[in-house]
Amino acid sequence: MRSITLRVNGRPVTAEVEPRMTLADFIRERAMLTGTHLGCEHGVCGACTVLLDGASVRSCLLFAVQADGREVTTVEGLARDGELHPLQRAFHVHHGLQCGFCTPGFLMALAELWPSRGLVGREEIEEVVSGQLCRCTGYAGILAAAYDAFGVA
Amino acid sequence: MRYVGRPVPRLEDARLLRGRGRFVADLAPVANVHHVAFVRSPHAHAEIRSIDASAALASEGVLAVVGPEDGRRWLRPFSVGVDGAEPYWPMAIGRARYVGEPVAVVVARDRYLAEDAAERVRVEYEPLPVQMEVEGAPVVTSRSFRFGDPEGAFARAAHRVGATFRFPRYSSTPIECYAVLADWSHAEEEVTVWSNFHGPFVMQPLIAACLGLPENRVRLICPPDIGGSFGIKSGVYAYIPLVALASRLAGVPVRWTADRWEDLVASQAGTDRVTRAEVAVDAEGRMTALRLEITDDVGAHLRPPEPATLYRCFGNLTGAYRIRDLAVEARAVLTNRPPTGLNRGFGGQQLYFTLERLVDMVARRLGLDAAEVRRRNLVPPAEMPYRTPLGGVYDPGDYPALLDELLARADYPGLVAERDRLRAQGRLAGVGMAMVIDPSGTNLGYIELARTPEERSRGLGKSGCTESATLTMDPLGNVRLRIATAPEGQGHETVAAQIVADELGVPISSVRVDAGVDTAAQAWNVSSGSYSSRFAPITSSAVIRACAALKARLRAIASGILEASPDDLELVDGSVRVRGTDRALPIRRVAGLAHWDPGALPAGVEPLLHVTASFSSHLARSPGQDDTVDSSICYGAVADLCLVDIDPETYEVAIRGYWTVHDSGRILNPLLADGQVMGALAHGVGGALYEELVFDRAGTPLATSFADYLCPTAREIPEVHIHHRHGETPFVPSGARGIGEGNSMSAPAAVANAIADALSERGVEITELPVHGSKIWKWLQETATAR
Ligand code: FES
Ligand code: FES
Repeated sequence: MRSITLRVNGRPVTAEVEPRMTLADFIRERAMLTGTHLGCEHGVCGACTVLLDGASVRSCLLFAVQADGREVTTVEGLARDGELHPLQRAFHVHHGLQCGFCTPGFLMALAELWPSRGLVGREEIEEVVSGQLCRCTGYAGILAAAYDAFGVA
Repeated sequence: MRYVGRPVPRLEDARLLRGRGRFVADLAPVANVHHVAFVRSPHAHAEIRSIDASAALASEGVLAVVGPEDGRRWLRPFSVGVDGAEPYWPMAIGRARYVGEPVAVVVARDRYLAEDAAERVRVEYEPLPVQMEVEGAPVVTSRSFRFGDPEGAFARAAHRVGATFRFPRYSSTPIECYAVLADWSHAEEEVTVWSNFHGPFVMQPLIAACLGLPENRVRLICPPDIGGSFGIKSGVYAYIPLVALASRLAGVPVRWTADRWEDLVASQAGTDRVTRAEVAVDAEGRMTALRLEITDDVGAHLRPPEPATLYRCFGNLTGAYRIRDLAVEARAVLTNRPPTGLNRGFGGQQLYFTLERLVDMVARRLGLDAAEVRRRNLVPPAEMPYRTPLGGVYDPGDYPALLDELLARADYPGLVAERDRLRAQGRLAGVGMAMVIDPSGTNLGYIELARTPEERSRGLGKSGCTESATLTMDPLGNVRLRIATAPEGQGHETVAAQIVADELGVPISSVRVDAGVDTAAQAWNVSSGSYSSRFAPITSSAVIRACAALKARLRAIASGILEASPDDLELVDGSVRVRGTDRALPIRRVAGLAHWDPGALPAGVEPLLHVTASFSSHLARSPGQDDTVDSSICYGAVADLCLVDIDPETYEVAIRGYWTVHDSGRILNPLLADGQVMGALAHGVGGALYEELVFDRAGTPLATSFADYLCPTAREIPEVHIHHRHGETPFVPSGARGIGEGNSMSAPAAVANAIADALSERGVEITELPVHGSKIWKWLQETATAR
């Protein structure tokens, strides 16, 4: 067991964990934030995507101890003061989600790109979107939402 | 109408976008929840010689190991829908019959410890010969049907066109895997189960029987959010007794959250099918008779509701065409693959791959255009409602107009010219189309076709499609609707709220919908749930009925104060108004009166603002003595056209454009309808080009992770042009047919036809799916050598 402290959505979370506990399980079971979902636990589907110091990671592939002392942003940290993030708003308007299980992963993967808006085009957005799996939407609504949020035609 | 028919964005999104959904794994409804891990067979077929759980039991945090002996002692096998078939145990008892079959269940403090301990359960197996080929596999159910005079029609035919078609086994792999949390109460002799099960609730009595409990002591709770299913999660029911038994024997509540390996090897997949098919055609290209010899591989067990894949499309077996003479052999065989079941399209993709490929083969044989052959064979509008020889009654649609609209929207001649331009550049390009009849609102009675009329006459009849809805109005006039659909992303909360708002004349913001299920706290019946695209035709109609019942009550309550007959009152703009006048009472006044001052109501008026109503179509009947059945309440029509472009070197298949036109009756919410179309199409494309659950000859599954089971990503899904023909079906109060499965049925056929067109000059015929580069290469090699 090791005691670790992560900043999750700006708040410190300290817990005793086994070295083998994944970051995803830490987020769900120690930080008690269940918006981060598990769809494969082997790094392909992207449902578990979160930001680690601003970079997107598959939280199922990292151990929590690897994130000790670092800053994690989950889907719960996207909305500010109850105001939805522009990406979240766009997903709503363009019907970019159905069951919503993959959605936090898509939002966080795109959130990594958010600081570069204005600099990225359809190709970069499609690259990010095609790194995630959604079985409900056929991706049309997700792509439309992302293009709209990023302001690319 | 203010909401229905408009693209109202979803109410569900508010929680899901914020990561505040409530999926089973997010729930902590009781304290001290432990975890289970399954010990699963590594053999496709083996005798279980012995099990030694001592090391597992000695592991940290372990409370119990439930083995086959416990299963035999405390569970009963599921009864199956075919006389004479072996009963189905949800775990391997004595013998394991597929890789991944549950052999034991370990209960421990957390998932990590449970998985550690599961590895320490020693099981001694004696491998047995495996059966993986469909040909020669034991037949578990078989029936022959004859309608009209197929022999005569084939004898008179100018042409006979036939082939053997193989449809693959694939799953829609919802991103959320199976999850069950069970809390066994020894004190109450009852079990409460939270699960991402979504119906059909005909499984609830089966679960109870398996556990040896009365049905009213099995409380099933489906949370408001389920992470996709597409039919796949209906199969979680078979795990519920195992998790419940683990809770019972360990004496604590336990949770199981499946991982992706378990999902791919031991959840549920669509049924793989071999069909020998032949069609009789007259000199003008009219199809007069059809012969189908269908063999479904249902895997190691005939797990209910199988062999339903054989019969789900029975009423619409002739598709959009006017074929009157039929001979059908329908059988299911057992192999050492996992059990099959519902998968989006359920029986339709298997059927239409065969039927629509045959139509294209007819076109080629007769030198006719594929669209022209279809036009000559479509059921004419003048014959609507059309009764198929198998008993399906098609609600009115204009199929020729649907085809014409598709060809116009897609600019068919332009698309053919584009294909020819690509060919001139050395590409392998093809255009393909498909027309399908998309059944929605299943009549559960069709499953009875697995029994002969004689066998059926010995038991009770089975039929039905009932759904219910409960509306409660609070003292301020807000309403809460409860339905029993357990949606998995379809947006039922939103659409149901649109309907209620319109029917009651209130703003949508005053309507709250609960669509999750609690069998102890709401109206439900064995047909409840979400499957067979039943929300639009069936549940919506139940909601309309419930609104009518509540309206009647509100009118009766208001009639006293307004001094008018209830019949003269209407609900508009949040008020109860005397028709044709401006005398009105706000609904909130009427509701307040009923709640706070029932003594003031007219004599005999019921004060409770809580109504439950149901809808069940009279069309849903058990099969006739002649084996005809109207297997679904509504039948939509879908027409697809696409252009494929195959790289001449890598043989990679790309879809360059896709058009789909639907006749789905009234569109309740176009935004969500198009979302369903896209999702269904993506599953169809996946099945046509990428997805397959492959096994080696020893029965070992080779697709066990998302690295080797290929789901399409955004790059593989083409741009899709979606159009809807407007109209309402007169067969249900909602006027709406289902829309969420049609393209799962049509897309594999349309893509296959396009690929066949692309390869036609190279002597390759497409009779199996999925089609990908390595297969195309192999076929081209074979035809080159043959020449
Ligand atoms: S759960 Fe982490 S990538 Fe799928
Ligand atoms: S919305 Fe269900 S998996 Fe993407």
